[in-house]
Amino acid sequence: MNCRSEALEVSVEGRQVDEAMLALLHTILLHRSTGKFHYKKEGTYSIGTVGTQDIDCDFIDFSFVRVSSDELDRAIRKAVGEFKDAMGNGMDGMGQISLEFYQKKKSRWPFSDECIPWEVWSIKVNVVNLANEQERQICREKVGEKLGEKVINIVEVINRHEYLPKMPTQSEVDNVFDTSLKDVQPYLYKITFQITDTLGTSVSTTMRRLIKDTLAL
Amino acid sequence: MDSDLSPQDKKDLDKFIKFFALKTVQVIVQARLGEKVCTRSLSSPTGSDWFNLAIKDIPEVTHEAKKALSGQLPGIGRSMCVEISLKTSEGDSMELETWCLEMNEKCDKDIKVSYTVYNRLSLLLKSLLAITRVTPAYKLSRKQGHDYVILYRIYFGEVQLTGLGEGFQTVRVGVVGTPIGTITLSCAYRTNLAFMSTRAPGEDEGAYNGVEDSQEVCTTSFSTSPPSQMGIPGKEGGIPQQVPVQPCHGAQAEHGRVSSCPPADHVPATPSSSGEGAETLSRSIEVKGVSPCDVLETTFTRKVGAFVNKPGTQVTTASLDLPFAAFAPRAYDLEENDPMVQPPESPATSSPLQGSLHSQGSGESGGPAQDDFVMVDFKPAFSKDDLLPMDLGTFYREFQNPPQLASLTIDVSSQSMAEDLDSLPEKLAVYEKNIDEFDAFVDTLQ
Repeated sequence: MNCRSEALEVSVEGRQVDEAMLALLHTILLHRSTGKFHYKKEGTYSIGTVGTQDIDCDFIDFSFVRVSSDELDRAIRKAVGEFKDAMGNGMDGMGQISLEFYQKKKSRWPFSDECIPWEVWSIKVNVVNLANEQERQICREKVGEKLGEKVINIVEVINRHEYLPKMPTQSEVDNVFDTSLKDVQPYLYKITFQITDTLGTSVSTTMRRLIKDTLAL
Repeated sequence: MDSDLSPQDKKDLDKFIKFFALKTVQVIVQARLGEKVCTRSLSSPTGSDWFNLAIKDIPEVTHEAKKALSGQLPGIGRSMCVEISLKTSEGDSMELETWCLEMNEKCDKDIKVSYTVYNRLSLLLKSLLAITRVTPAYKLSRKQGHDYVILYRIYFGEVQLTGLGEGFQTVRVGVVGTPIGTITLSCAYRTNLAFMSTRAPGEDEGAYNGVEDSQEVCTTSFSTSPPSQMGIPGKEGGIPQQVPVQPCHGAQAEHGRVSSCPPADHVPATPSSSGEGAETLSRSIEVKGVSPCDVLETTFTRKVGAFVNKPGTQVTTASLDLPFAAFAPRAYDLEENDPMVQPPESPATSSPLQGSLHSQGSGESGGPAQDDFVMVDFKPAFSKDDLLPMDLGTFYREFQNPPQLASLTIDVSSQSMAEDLDSLPEKLAVYEKNIDEFDAFVDTLQ
């Protein structure tokens, strides 16, 4: 089975990184989470209810919807925080954060379980530093619009209704879903990131272009 | 078509579609109430949460939706639409978006109703939650309160998108295939939020005080169609015509509604919107006070303002794309007819000097200067554009280039440099002789 791979790219100012990443990751996870499964004796199961919450961004003119689950929110914030720390503060930089949905395939001893990804979302982030308040204000609005476009892209991909793991039996549920949370059940996922070196002319050209796009100069 | 579907599946599918429609309406309306929505996740299902999503049911909204559906279901050719509009405290309103739940004929026979269709409908509702926060109306709805409110209207049947103005965008939320057709959910939203005063017909019968009010609301908008004049004397040259009203930036006024009345101090013609449909618009450069719009009338007559040349009947509206276009070079006119370009015979150039200094060539308008700069037709203010031989412009042009003084021309033509130098000592001797006269003259000046 081929892994579906989607790429998104955003240019943000330093203090917008957290919210931009949270917005996109939560939008994806909203679509990739279900209610908790409760298996019944006959092999059927019932599904819990997923609540939603509106979140307003402080540094971006944008609002998004996330699953009402503090546990999930904490996990995502932790990952985004680590990403931001790795990017460094106050410096222009490029990085990529990946949200990967995978299935576990149990292997026999001594081999460890295989993690087979079935959907990977890569979000490329360009961090720019802006000189004055006027530019920051423009950036607030522009990034808000860009994030709106990204949400539409995400929804487009999701609504293609391409491969999704089969609904598992009770014994297999941990191979497909993350059942550790109390209130919701997202598909098994992991978040990784990598930071690109800011040196190199090709990088700076790309950044310049992206800055220009963001500020519409 | 339905023969492959078991009765139970058909019944389930109908139920899913019905509740999906109701939940769709709830999501959309709740997203436009202006408040943040927050519902809790429940690990144990209550049994009443359709599609495994915690979406509140506001009773009035459900009631309106059921009323619109009146027992029917969204189906092929029968779309359910939720129209979101903005209404100001003065009573002006503008449509912002229309969300359409439609069905087309593309069927997916193999899909499992109770499982796959249900889950995909749930996914579609989640997408709807996400997309409702992304369209421009969301930000507007969060700020509603004193100045304006957001209203919704649910209707069933044909989709109507005319109220969204030109250039509206469409975003597709998603599709779900079912054995009886494919459900699609999309949103068409207005892109131009420049506000135009659009009062519903019948709201203002007599007193059109709204013009002043609309000045506050119309911040940067200009109407590209002039208001109809009610009994304004001295209308000249206007071409009464029924025009499709296309205000600038595409804020479309519907049939039966009126376009905005431009505020008195605004020039109601803008260059930016001259792109499409310029030919069908009649414009006016209005400097005088604005008269109120006739709510129900769609005929517009052109009013000619001050400083504008009386337009001939052939003057097309297309030519007046720019403000103050009457002053601009009339390139579209045939050059042969324009007295500005082809002046009547100038006084004969009697010296080569004059010929080189001035560009009055024989019938040419630009002369040697054409290469360097554009000849601007000289049209003095207050001059009339009739073809009298000695109108102000022609007069001015002729006497702009007076003939050279005869004494100078004789000197230039008859004497050469060498002769000049030779005659110099003689002249100096003469001046020295008369030096006392010159001194006396200088004293009188001081």
